[in-house]
Amino acid sequence: MNARRPSTLDGIREAIIRVRGLKVGFGDRLVMDGLDLDLYRGEVLGFVGASGAGKSVLTRTILGLIHKRAGTIEVFGYDMDKLGPQERLLIGERWGVLFQEGALFSSLTVRQNIQTPMREHLDLSQSTLDGLAAQKLELVGLPQDAADKYPSELSGGMTKRVSLARALALDPEIVFLDEPTSGLDPISAGDFDDLIGTLQKTLGLTVFMVTHDLDSLYAICDRVAVLGHGKVAAVGTIDEVLLSDDPWIESYFYGKRGRVRAGSVDKRRAERAGNEA
Amino acid sequence: MPVAPSVTRKIAGDGIVLSLAGGWVIAAGKALEAAAAALASGALGAKSATIDLAGVDRMDTAGAWLIDRARAELTAAGVPAAYRGARPEHALLIREAGYRPLEAVTRDRSSHALMLLAAVGESVYTSGADLVDIVDYLGEIVVMWLRLALHPMRWRWASMVYHLEMFSLRSVPIIALINFLVGAIVTQQGVFQLAQFGASPYAVNLVGVLGLRELGVLMTSIMIAGRTGSAITAEIGSMNMREEIDALRVMALDPLEVLVMPRLVALAIALPVLTFIADMAELAGGLMVSWLYAGMAPAVFIARLQNAILPETFLVGLIKAPFMAVMIGLIASTEGMEVRGSAESLGRCVTSSVVKSIFMVIVMDGVFAMFFTAVNY
Repeated sequence: MNARRPSTLDGIREAIIRVRGLKVGFGDRLVMDGLDLDLYRGEVLGFVGASGAGKSVLTRTILGLIHKRAGTIEVFGYDMDKLGPQERLLIGERWGVLFQEGALFSSLTVRQNIQTPMREHLDLSQSTLDGLAAQKLELVGLPQDAADKYPSELSGGMTKRVSLARALALDPEIVFLDEPTSGLDPISAGDFDDLIGTLQKTLGLTVFMVTHDLDSLYAICDRVAVLGHGKVAAVGTIDEVLLSDDPWIESYFYGKRGRVRAGSVDKRRAERAGNEA
Repeated sequence: MPVAPSVTRKIAGDGIVLSLAGGWVIAAGKALEAAAAALASGALGAKSATIDLAGVDRMDTAGAWLIDRARAELTAAGVPAAYRGARPEHALLIREAGYRPLEAVTRDRSSHALMLLAAVGESVYTSGADLVDIVDYLGEIVVMWLRLALHPMRWRWASMVYHLEMFSLRSVPIIALINFLVGAIVTQQGVFQLAQFGASPYAVNLVGVLGLRELGVLMTSIMIAGRTGSAITAEIGSMNMREEIDALRVMALDPLEVLVMPRLVALAIALPVLTFIADMAELAGGLMVSWLYAGMAPAVFIARLQNAILPETFLVGLIKAPFMAVMIGLIASTEGMEVRGSAESLGRCVTSSVVKSIFMVIVMDGVFAMFFTAVNY
């Protein structure tokens, strides 16, 4: 019924990112302590964990922005420790990142921000660059008159969208999203989820999403990983994770804010099962 | 690497079939653009065109957009074009990410020379406003100073002492070093040039008067404008960028009181102290060169120096220092408040802070020179 749930297929899944025995620490504190994680091609992996548990640290470590103490990280089959400059450049074209704060270049306009990866990595004509920038804006649901604004003139939600447009500029294979829907109104957040879903279906996009948005987790994530005590405490489809008896997971999904949604999803699932039967 | 995108043209009846193959992805770069151009020109003049997408291995949003734009161009040229054989995901992609007619981007095409001239004109035109701003700001600072003098409890001692350490103690080595060197250079040149007139011992007068009256305070002020003025602008500017100043305002705290006053007072204390250190370093440089280069014993140097200078000579330099400090602090903090959202504007404000302070330091030194001459001090 649902072709985009690879975790329900028992075929061989290609791990596009493979993290083994990762240790990351600052001073005396070990944030990641022997963490293992696989991200499979074409899936949307939702990553949750308490604030300060190190979700952003993990993302930044995979991206190579934080040095690890031990362990291996393989992206597209390349060991990130043994990359030559050429391979690093190729990987830079194949992934896109939406940073939590947007990280837009503040002295460039929105259009120039979106065009930067294309301009730096590819040789395209100006008219194509302008057209593609306009298309990316349209994709993320921004009006065309936003193109000439500077990042300081954008609202929080618009910053997220422009940042996503820039992350998608090179049509990457993996997109890292660090809290993409935080700070968006529920309608925009829903649109954002739909957009990610559409892109994943059409492009076979692999998405690594750090999020606290339970709606996103239910709506578009194929698998959910829970970070706790420096390790992945639970990973699997949302139903599998919900069965875990970790007290934090229980309070996260069945707490005041989680219960309503969990219940409604259960009800919806039951209805759907009834209709099919 | 994926297979390059390609277009094959075939005539079928009165229409033309354009079969697409390969990977229509942005990674192909120029090849993708060329293939899209071939697609758009491939069926010109025909009655109708069919774009066959069955052979496309891969397509991304850029590919979909370029294919769709080619179709739109054909349609605009009077050749109705339709898709055929698209895989469901490709059809969805073309529908979601396809071409939309947009207004062409207008770019500013005015010449660089003209823009440069305009910028020069603008800065001349606004320099008057700058002066008004500084005076306005100076007034606010004076009012704030009076208010703090009436309520000493509101004075931020910790912040002031911290900045005093940053501005004075941390800059002692560099200030001492450059002034030592300047004193040495002035003395060496004095000894060498005055020897032509048999007057090389007067190099002591030269380094004593010039160093204490002008060079010590000038070099120190320029160094502090570069070192501390830029730091003040960058600190206040980045706080401004990240809405920290707004946060202070909504807490009913005056950024002038919290941020500017401690820095300004620390600077006004630090600069005279540093000027004194600079004067001593300068004389030490002079003494060393006249000893090692001109063979004048240190005792002789000191005796000649006592004849050459008066207490006023030394005080003239020191009196100027607090004025220089206030000027540097005012310019640095106004420029910091001018910073807007972008990194570029931060860079521009720090630059203009340093340039304006150094300029004003030299102008003020000139005004003081005229003043002290006029009053015979």
